[in-house]
Amino acid sequence: MKIREIQMLLDAELLCGEDNLDGEVFSACCSDMMSDVLAYVKDQGVLLTGLVNAQTIRTASMMDMVCVVFVRDKAPDEEMIRLARECGIVLMRSKMRAYEAAGQLYLAGLRGNAGGSHG
Amino acid sequence: MAEPLHLHFAVDGQDFSSAGQASVTVKKRLRQLGFSPEVMRRVSIAMYEGEINMVIHAHGGEADVYISDTEIVIVLSDRGPGIKDVALAMQAGYSTAREEIRALGFGAGMGLPNMKKYTDEMQIDTKIGVGTTVLMKVRVKP
Repeated sequence: MKIREIQMLLDAELLCGEDNLDGEVFSACCSDMMSDVLAYVKDQGVLLTGLVNAQTIRTASMMDMVCVVFVRDKAPDEEMIRLARECGIVLMRSKMRAYEAAGQLYLAGLRGNAGGSHG
Repeated sequence: MAEPLHLHFAVDGQDFSSAGQASVTVKKRLRQLGFSPEVMRRVSIAMYEGEINMVIHAHGGEADVYISDTEIVIVLSDRGPGIKDVALAMQAGYSTAREEIRALGFGAGMGLPNMKKYTDEMQIDTKIGVGTTVLMKVRVKP
């Protein structure tokens, strides 16, 4: 699934990374606990989260994730956007709740962990 | 590399939002040196969890990373309270982190298990009231 499609499906506002919207995403993860995100390696994944702090972006960067979507209309600050830009991560925000956002992507064919769970 | 490359970082214990900066720097360095994405990811995730632990539990500390062609060694040392029961701390889901840390996305009791999962070797030396040193090794497959 292309990042552009995720933006459409979640009716999301793009915050940074406009040049990478045609990038491919192969798996998704939805959590507010960053250690849970760090426990399973995803292949070019997208992170759906309601957690808004610098560690959200660092976690995504450590996991080589390509896109982070903030749910429940949460807004990151300028520093977080700068950090995401530096890491080449596409950042978006959606008014949807996490459950609904995850459901939309799942219905459209994006699964949880295409790449297996071993680090 | 003939001699292992040594990187040293002071991990600031006061500022949670800056935690992880050393790990980001190490990841960048490994990328420049041409290590595989898997090695980069394993090293940076393990170190990142360790860095977060030092900030949450021990008011920061020191991180040393030794990079050679065959392995990457990460040594994290702090002068925090020490770990009372290492076996218990290693259990997935066990955490002594405060509620406000959980609100920041950590303290799920996955830090040490993740560090072990992503490394080939891990040793914890800890003394109550003195501090903790964690040594981790990630081997580089030829």
